[in-house]
Amino acid sequence: MKTVLKSLAVGAALLSAPLAAQAEGHGSLSYVLVSHAPDSDTWWNTIKNGIALAGEQVGVEVEYRNPPTGDIADMARIIEQAAAAGPDGIITTLADFDVLKGPIADAVDQGIDVIIMNTGTPDQAREVGALMYVGQPEYDAGFAAGLRAKGEGVTKFLCVNHAIQQPTVGERCRGYAEGLGIDLGDAMMDSGTDPAEIKNKVLAYLSANPDVDGILTLGPVSADPTIAALQENGMAGDIHFGTFDLGEEIVNAIKGGVINWGIDQQPFLQAYMPVVILANWDRYGVLPGNNINSGPGFVTKEGLAKVEEFAGEYR
Amino acid sequence: MSDTANNDERIKEISSLRQFFMRPELGGMVGTVAVFTFFLLFAFDSGMFNSQGVLNWSIVSAQFMIIAVGACLLMIAGEFDLSVGSMIGFAGMMIAVFGVVLNWPIWIAILITFVICLALGALNGFIVIRTGLPSFIVTLAFLFILRGFTIYIPQTIERKTIIGGIRDAAEGDWLAPIFGGKIFGGVFQWLGDAGIIATFERGTRAGQPVVDGIPMLIVWAIILIIFGHVLLTRTRFGNWIFASGGDAEAARNSGVPVNRVKILMFMFTAFCACVFATCQVMEFGSAGADRGLLKEFEAIIAVVIGGALLTGGYGSVIGAALGALIFGVVQQGLFFAGVESSLFRVFLGVILLGAVILNTYIRRMITGER
Repeated sequence: MKTVLKSLAVGAALLSAPLAAQAEGHGSLSYVLVSHAPDSDTWWNTIKNGIALAGEQVGVEVEYRNPPTGDIADMARIIEQAAAAGPDGIITTLADFDVLKGPIADAVDQGIDVIIMNTGTPDQAREVGALMYVGQPEYDAGFAAGLRAKGEGVTKFLCVNHAIQQPTVGERCRGYAEGLGIDLGDAMMDSGTDPAEIKNKVLAYLSANPDVDGILTLGPVSADPTIAALQENGMAGDIHFGTFDLGEEIVNAIKGGVINWGIDQQPFLQAYMPVVILANWDRYGVLPGNNINSGPGFVTKEGLAKVEEFAGEYR
Repeated sequence: MSDTANNDERIKEISSLRQFFMRPELGGMVGTVAVFTFFLLFAFDSGMFNSQGVLNWSIVSAQFMIIAVGACLLMIAGEFDLSVGSMIGFAGMMIAVFGVVLNWPIWIAILITFVICLALGALNGFIVIRTGLPSFIVTLAFLFILRGFTIYIPQTIERKTIIGGIRDAAEGDWLAPIFGGKIFGGVFQWLGDAGIIATFERGTRAGQPVVDGIPMLIVWAIILIIFGHVLLTRTRFGNWIFASGGDAEAARNSGVPVNRVKILMFMFTAFCACVFATCQVMEFGSAGADRGLLKEFEAIIAVVIGGALLTGGYGSVIGAALGALIFGVVQQGLFFAGVESSLFRVFLGVILLGAVILNTYIRRMITGER
């Protein structure tokens, strides 16, 4: 029994240690960022670093919270919890509008300022009463990519879509076509997610449509097999190739000249900007008049040094 | 003759203090007091104990309680159900498919989903009984099977893994409010008007209280706890549950219908999972393929914190409910206390270990077993 008591005492000491540390550094303003990502999703590490840096530079407290398994219903409870704790502001995503609009609107009505980041649309952000939306609107990002590709001489393209069930991802292809000023037609391919299948579909499409001079892929899942396909049919480096998101293979391909540019949605800005904006809003009452597009940020061969240096940390 | 009667251990007098210490829920009671003391000291002014804060951890605890009651009775009957989390996701998706995609009235969707869940629970139990395989393996299979269907069905029908619009479909339905509604709204409005609880500062609901009623989720939790407790401690069926989990063969020999008891308990666990799912879907208005992940372990953890034995035959519903309360309060309380959220699992592990060690020590000390 004695040993039990002793182990409990040690446990209590361990429990109270982080709390004490937390209590000391309490700033005058405190914010909470609630994400929808499970613990296993490493992409969000950039977000954590972004809010930590912003909090340090601006001199406010920012906490990161997420449902451990990525369950959106649990995320709603966390938002309700955050509202009950009464922070000065909440930064959150709109991963499932139906589930989250209630808790977020309640927080807003309670007098807490909310900024929507990453997932969601500017329209949805307005509907729940958020101050603004910080993220990459998919259609606009595609449109910007299309404009750029047009300037680089693309006239007919193939869009490799590995996530056809997600309407927001398809918006990237539609925007790209509009930016190029041509009709989307059947240029969007439902590639599936199997690498071998994607590669063969791309090879087949390119040999059937020899006049295609531009390719857009929507993420590493479709980009990696497409790189392999182009290396196999000898079009690598010859055909114009742009992609969304970054990954190891994509970075290598940009370096090797196979991919012209990668579109980065710059998660760092999605975390950093809301903290700065909330702090200035609370301190001086100033607020930018529009939503903020964190992307598209174009990463080319020249800009790779910074990406490689800060990969996984701030990029 | 009278001598042998007095030596019979079954009718031996036990002092009431000793009897109190022999209760399986003792560890849960101690833990509850400890947890509340801890958070009252460290997070009192963080909003954890205002009306909204109390409601927040009460709802989370109630969620755990609903699945813990089912898991507790099943565990006392000597079996596990690892498919609870998948069942939650599956049941929610079924309601969405029937109610939104097929456009049936919501009450029909809910009732059919309950029938499907009960049938799946019975199937789980039937396979365990017939094959004699450990329920651990059989229900692990159903963990994957049900999760697979929960992703496959909406993706095939709707090409997405989240189906929304249930709230609109449930508008005016008679059965939906029993799961997604709130009660005692008037009391809270009065409390808000009287300034006892906070009210909304702006928006269309300005002036209304931030807590506008007790969600049915909490009512369901209380009903299930009372039902489970009475069933277990006051009825013959309750004795059968203990007997089936303690020594199934001996129970069979004394005429207990062990197979029926176990299958019914599997069905009851499925029923609890379905209640959880229905409440969630009705409150949030959408069903997602990722709902309920890992909830089966959370249920088992709550039950074990509450003093039940993993090997069956020993435990209490009140203990499981207290375990769920501890779990919910700690989970949300750590947020209120401002602890780095990635440490949550560390605390959970420490509490689980501490509770189990404490329970075991107390039980050994009192009952004298080795």
